[in-house]
Amino acid sequence: MGDDLDAATEQQISTWRTYVSRREAIDGRDVDELEDHLRDEIGRLAASGLDADEAFLVAVKRLGGLDDLSREFAREHSERLWKQLMLADEPAAPRAGGLALAVGLAIGAAIAVKLPALFGIDFADPGDFYPRFLALLILPFVAAYFLVRRRASAATVLVVAAPFVLAAVLMAVYPFQPDAATLVLASAHCAVGLWLVIGIGYVDGRVRSSRARMDFLRFTGEWVVYLALIALGGGVLIALTMGVFAAIGMDAALFVQEWMVPCGVAGAVVVAAWLVEAKQSVIENIAPVLTKLFTPLFTLLLLAFIVAGVVQGFSTASGVEVFGQRDLLILFDVVLVVVVGLLLYAQSARDPLAPPSWFDRMQLVLVAAAIVVDLMVLVAMIGRIAEWGASPNKLASLGLNVILLANLAGAAWLQLRFAMRRAPLERLERWQTGFLPVYLAWAAVVVVVFPPAFGYV
Amino acid sequence: MKIGKDLVAAAATPMVLGILADGESYGYAILQRVGELSGGELEWSDGMLYPLLHRLERLGHVESSWGASPSGRPRKHYRLSAEGRAAFAEQRRQWSVVSKALQQVWQGREGGTDLFGAPALGGA
Repeated sequence: MGDDLDAATEQQISTWRTYVSRREAIDGRDVDELEDHLRDEIGRLAASGLDADEAFLVAVKRLGGLDDLSREFAREHSERLWKQLMLADEPAAPRAGGLALAVGLAIGAAIAVKLPALFGIDFADPGDFYPRFLALLILPFVAAYFLVRRRASAATVLVVAAPFVLAAVLMAVYPFQPDAATLVLASAHCAVGLWLVIGIGYVDGRVRSSRARMDFLRFTGEWVVYLALIALGGGVLIALTMGVFAAIGMDAALFVQEWMVPCGVAGAVVVAAWLVEAKQSVIENIAPVLTKLFTPLFTLLLLAFIVAGVVQGFSTASGVEVFGQRDLLILFDVVLVVVVGLLLYAQSARDPLAPPSWFDRMQLVLVAAAIVVDLMVLVAMIGRIAEWGASPNKLASLGLNVILLANLAGAAWLQLRFAMRRAPLERLERWQTGFLPVYLAWAAVVVVVFPPAFGYV
Repeated sequence: MKIGKDLVAAAATPMVLGILADGESYGYAILQRVGELSGGELEWSDGMLYPLLHRLERLGHVESSWGASPSGRPRKHYRLSAEGRAAFAEQRRQWSVVSKALQQVWQGREGGTDLFGAPALGGA
């Protein structure tokens, strides 16, 4: 460097650099910035008569305690903290405690799922017990994991527990008819809604913070990845179990269906949540790769679909014929949900300070394509509702579609502004995290209002 | 006199925005300027400035670019964006309201007109 510092001070500075670089929350460029500061300060102190050694010590001291500093950086750059999620005040011990807690709760969830067997209710029974209560048997254990780990205040525990109790009461008392569509809807939306409630526990009650919400979104993305990995392993385990027992002439199907699958799913949900927290540095390298890989592919899927839809629309008498079947409409809802999930996951793993790149422009294309698809689906849905009348399934899809359209429209606008360097990424982030309460509210409507409104059919 | 922690935290953002309103600058120079302007009374540990600058950057109030110091080291420069200018004007309005109100409260009490001179805020 061009400064006239002696070799000993240079050595001290490089040791200091190594030491500071070890903090996850402070990245290489920040250390450069701090080092520039440190050298200026050393220069000034030395000029005022301190010897090099003293100048170094005073300058380092003035920078502030490393714990405080890295906590402050962590608050601002929570995406980097991915490896040690709880800020620096959390002592190192809970990591081991986290494992014991997670294993305990996973076993608890597995037992809870099989508890109804005591009352003669089997997992594969055609009755409506599991559709009503499956999420309610598993998700409280995930919520409990975060509430315990975060040492949540009584108020936070209450805020998280109340929706669980409410959902349990509603699912227990609503007189659903056999094979009710509203039960399937309520059960799915109940799971999504309660997952968002778990988020309140995950962020330890800091629900107003956009950064905290983003952390939860990132957590959700990682959790899905881990759950998928566990499911793959589980699939192999099931196939082998069936295989080896079949080889000695025993049929393990009943055991697999009644014990392995339900207990495995329940345990995996909790273990995946723990894994996300404990093994962050492993997955940290996967998230950007996955999103970079699948964003272009999903963009292609949507573009191909738009082209196919237009061609199909021209070749058949009515343009909406593509969406003739209800199952296909729901499929497109799933596609749009996955696209929004992909966007959120990519965004949550992104460095908010990085300038717009090709990837952001690619995302813009993805969002634009998703909007077109959403509009096509919306037109088809409204057509179907006008023709056949409303049904719970159609209205639930319609509502979800309208919400996704609003989300995508706003995201497209902000993404465009960001790509043109007119707005900071933070706007887009706030927009996306601002939608979490909307999703929660919609899930609540489908769980609470839909069944009575449609006569529990 | 040492100014209380909360007050320092509250004053830091308008202070930094105001200094950047005078033109592009970098971390160390900003802190030097804070020291000059407050006669050394408004102080926080040096390192804390950087997370604050990064927050302002994320919010779009400032823009940054890497350049070099006269001796050739990498140095990160910050300047106010149009949005930052608006935020600064807004902060300034708010602070002047607070300051005016405080002045009025203190008027007639020992004739003190020094804005931050109140012992209650000073701490010891």
